[in-house]
Amino acid sequence: MMWLNRDIVSIGDFSVDEIMAVIDKANKMVQYASSGYPGYPLSDKVVATLFYEPSTRTRLSFESAAMRMGARVLGFGSLEASSVSKGETLSDTIRIINGYSDAIVLRHPSEGAARLASEFADVPVINAGDGAGQHPTQTILDIFTIWKESGPVQGKSIGFVGDLKYGRTVHSLSKALSMFDVSLFFISPEELKIPKHIKKDIEKRVPVKETKNLEDVIEDLDVLYVTRIQKERFPDLEEYKKVAGIYVIRPSLLSRGKKNLIVMHPLPRVDEIPAEIDNLPQARYFKQASYGVPVRMAILDLILRGE
Amino acid sequence: MTEEKMLKVEKIRRGTVIDHVPVGRAFKVLKILKISSDPGVTVAIAIHVKSKKMGLKDVVKIEDRILDSSELNKIALIAEGATITIVEDYDAIKKFVVKLPNIITGILKCNNGRCVSNTEGSIKPSFTLISKDPLTIKCHYCEREMETDEIVDNIL
Repeated sequence: MMWLNRDIVSIGDFSVDEIMAVIDKANKMVQYASSGYPGYPLSDKVVATLFYEPSTRTRLSFESAAMRMGARVLGFGSLEASSVSKGETLSDTIRIINGYSDAIVLRHPSEGAARLASEFADVPVINAGDGAGQHPTQTILDIFTIWKESGPVQGKSIGFVGDLKYGRTVHSLSKALSMFDVSLFFISPEELKIPKHIKKDIEKRVPVKETKNLEDVIEDLDVLYVTRIQKERFPDLEEYKKVAGIYVIRPSLLSRGKKNLIVMHPLPRVDEIPAEIDNLPQARYFKQASYGVPVRMAILDLILRGE
Repeated sequence: MTEEKMLKVEKIRRGTVIDHVPVGRAFKVLKILKISSDPGVTVAIAIHVKSKKMGLKDVVKIEDRILDSSELNKIALIAEGATITIVEDYDAIKKFVVKLPNIITGILKCNNGRCVSNTEGSIKPSFTLISKDPLTIKCHYCEREMETDEIVDNIL
């Protein structure tokens, strides 16, 4: 596998073996994620983080990962701080930053922005989210969480609940998981069903079940992936309340699940997972968030040192 | 040309004949060539023409216009396998079949308004052919897939 200088744009660019190679490396990074990698092997590197949209969690975990590997970090987290507010095009900004850094981490509101950036940069570009499009490092850290907290991905039954229509996390994770031998369950209200074209694509590879009722499938699941239902998707507040209330995860629901069931969530959550769940053994969403750093350490090391 | 067909559509002196258009697509061909609204162009259309190869087909004849390669690529998008005949002085001087390339660049824009190919002016939209039947192409940038109707609506 060739990793040196590779762009990380879309999870669709990865094979199962490549995803597993990142996971294997991320697992070795876990022990250094809060102390720093011995010898700081990226100490001669500069990583640019260009965030055209605010995203505290993703930006800080990339910056922490870079620093734990010894790299220095520059960039911006808001448009006011950059030339973008003067009307500079993305391709021009990328051409310039290309000369200042050894890797570019990009979050941008336009779908496909990272692909475009990768065509203008000689240094590798990592997509940290492009609008409703791809967010491949989130997808890999989600798969890492399943692997780390629940064992081998193959053979797992994984259920997604909540907003499956607009949630890009669900789209790219379910597509990536369909490359493994898994069963997928999509649990959502009619208004927020997984888009047809995504379901059609996934069904070519793995069995899929769609339902409105989480209670019907909870006993089958090894992993329950919960997403937030956003108020602004509903024209009527009453309709929202009706739908959002159905998918609140209660201890009584989880007690009906398998003994080793784990609950994940990309965070931030609102009230779909109440605080009473946090201390249950099934709750793994904070662990999941913490894996952002070792997964990103692994990716930076792979593309900047090729190993 | 068979006698039966000659009864339906006259020969043209100079121009382009697009034969073997999938039945029902003749008007889409006009739309993507943007000739529907140009009164300066004479066009003959035959629809539901019997064809040994296709059962039924459409035929479009455009007078005094020789299509360029970009226009032929556009036709391939909705009528792959169509036969193009270039006519000069009533003679067919060139005859070939249009083929859909695997990478389609610069002839249509992405249907996704939030795609960077629509927001960043300087780049050429580019698409990969996913399937010929049903016709499905995927945007190189935002990875959204488009099918026939969306494709026709977005041809440049």
